[in-house]
Amino acid sequence: MSKRSGWMVLLGAMFLFLMASGVGAQEKIIQIDGSSTVYPITEAVAEEFQSVYPDVKVMVGISGTGGGFKKFSRGETDINDASRPIKSSEIEACKGNNIDFVELPVAYDALAVVVNNQNNWVDYLTVSELKKIWEPEAQGKSFTWADLRAGWPKEKINLFGPGVDSGTFEYFTEAVVGEAGKSRGDYIASEDDNVLVQGIAQDKYALGYFGVAYYLENQDTLKAVLIDNEKDEDGKGPFAPTPENVLQGTYQPLARPLFIYVSAKSLAREEVQKFVTFYLENARSLAQEVGYVPLPERAYELALERLKARKTGSIFGGKGATPGVSIEELLEREAN
Amino acid sequence: MKKTSQMVAPIFRRYWRERIFLALALVALFLSLAALFTLLIDIAFDGVPRLNWQFLRNFPSRHPEKAGIFSAFVGSIYVTLITVLVAVPIGVGAGVYLEEYATRNWLSSVIELSISTLGGVPSIIYGILGLELFVRTMRLGRSLLAGALTLALLVLPIVIISTRESIRAVPPSLREAAFSLGATRWQVTKDHVLPLAFPGILTGVILTISRAIGEAAPLIMVGALTFVAFLPRGILDPFTTLPIQIFNWVSRPQKAFHANAAAAIIVLLAVTISLNSLSIVLRNYYRKRFPPRAF
Repeated sequence: MSKRSGWMVLLGAMFLFLMASGVGAQEKIIQIDGSSTVYPITEAVAEEFQSVYPDVKVMVGISGTGGGFKKFSRGETDINDASRPIKSSEIEACKGNNIDFVELPVAYDALAVVVNNQNNWVDYLTVSELKKIWEPEAQGKSFTWADLRAGWPKEKINLFGPGVDSGTFEYFTEAVVGEAGKSRGDYIASEDDNVLVQGIAQDKYALGYFGVAYYLENQDTLKAVLIDNEKDEDGKGPFAPTPENVLQGTYQPLARPLFIYVSAKSLAREEVQKFVTFYLENARSLAQEVGYVPLPERAYELALERLKARKTGSIFGGKGATPGVSIEELLEREAN
Repeated sequence: MKKTSQMVAPIFRRYWRERIFLALALVALFLSLAALFTLLIDIAFDGVPRLNWQFLRNFPSRHPEKAGIFSAFVGSIYVTLITVLVAVPIGVGAGVYLEEYATRNWLSSVIELSISTLGGVPSIIYGILGLELFVRTMRLGRSLLAGALTLALLVLPIVIISTRESIRAVPPSLREAAFSLGATRWQVTKDHVLPLAFPGILTGVILTISRAIGEAAPLIMVGALTFVAFLPRGILDPFTTLPIQIFNWVSRPQKAFHANAAAAIIVLLAVTISLNSLSIVLRNYYRKRFPPRAF
């Protein structure tokens, strides 16, 4: 008897739970997914937004820029976080499902090229030197620091970098090697940047790259290498990955804009509209707080105008990772 | 007849072998325990200072000291419970059929082979299946139910295999006695086989819980999210779980988030241990009620 009543209670509880799920369906929910690089900014905005509008539920996932676009183009999410502009194949996928999008820049991120802090010989590296190290042709060759520049130690350079699925990998290869995804494969790769940090911190002859936020948190064990792109029109290098250099456009080509893509269909909903406006109004302070470089005020104003006008499409023409886009250029493209 | 001195030597050697084997076994035990304890102590060191009531009651935040695991904690419990509610009845049913009803032929061997193969499939594959089947085809969305059904598929082989093994341990003489008195197969199964097999089945449930509560990859695939600052109010609501939250915190650059991850790992361990203890208490209770006797 007691056993039976126990089952009844359990079934009753399940029934109530199912009933409650009916209520859940009518709530205002904003679904966001995409890049892990943009995630900290979106998380900060979502947190602040929910304290102002507690009736709206914002949820943020991490499935990478590309993985996020797959869901976005199926209409499964309202907003996609992206660490690179949308690719033409992704634009096609959106078109196929009648999804228009508004592209909005939210901040700048710098990639840091990093060595161990006991490395006292590297003062700066040029982009062509980086290319020599990372291009696919270098695969299998044991490369010493002395091969790079005379006078540096005759020790093998141990390489660390992100895995091939990451947007950072795609951007770095495009910027340094000249083609997205083209890189030597014989380096220590990890999707977890902290693994790279650990690896470089324990190896005097290591060299690696990742988002600057990971360098800033580990300055006691790591050293950021100054970068010179040998183009004096961008300023006479080399330059460190500081916010000033990123904003002035001198830390090139390793500074990149970050974006959110908003589905035009979702923008018809009041809560999505409110959220995106809130995002652009607060991105400046929040991006800085979580370790990114905010855009100039003018860029956010232009983005807000773009949002109000519901201007859809990408200003990058579907090329994907586009290195060397300066703030001025971004503003100019935004304004038109 | 050999002299005593001739016999002493081999005995001596045998005793030595015995001691060496014992020492090796102890080293093996010590190594595995040492690894486990190093891990636990390391995590306790990082995580215990971070554990407090606020940490359990707060939603995720960009401020590591304000961030908590409330939504992940509740999500983990819900997902695990629904997974068990779905997987156990189906798994036990399948196990009963295969052991008590199915006739041995090529079909049952194929089924058997498939089940053991499924047990070894990487969990991310179940995630891909769950995404297409539950999230997209069945239109459940990125919900608790979709996540739990995916995990249920993942743990089904464990439930089926442990059910079959514990049913097989029930002596045939018991069934034969019941059949001889005119009981149907269903009566034999319900009144004799299942009660005796129950403790073994609960062992399977314990394994199920441990597996389901620790999974992150298939849930991320199905669309469990990382930042969820509200509780699911029904089985169709979005959710997050502890392993996903831990994964996210571990990959952050700020060290304060790593401490949060350690604290969340302690909570996850505590939840797993309490759910498991519940099953163990139940198992002991049933062992006492239906003690396995020699038949």
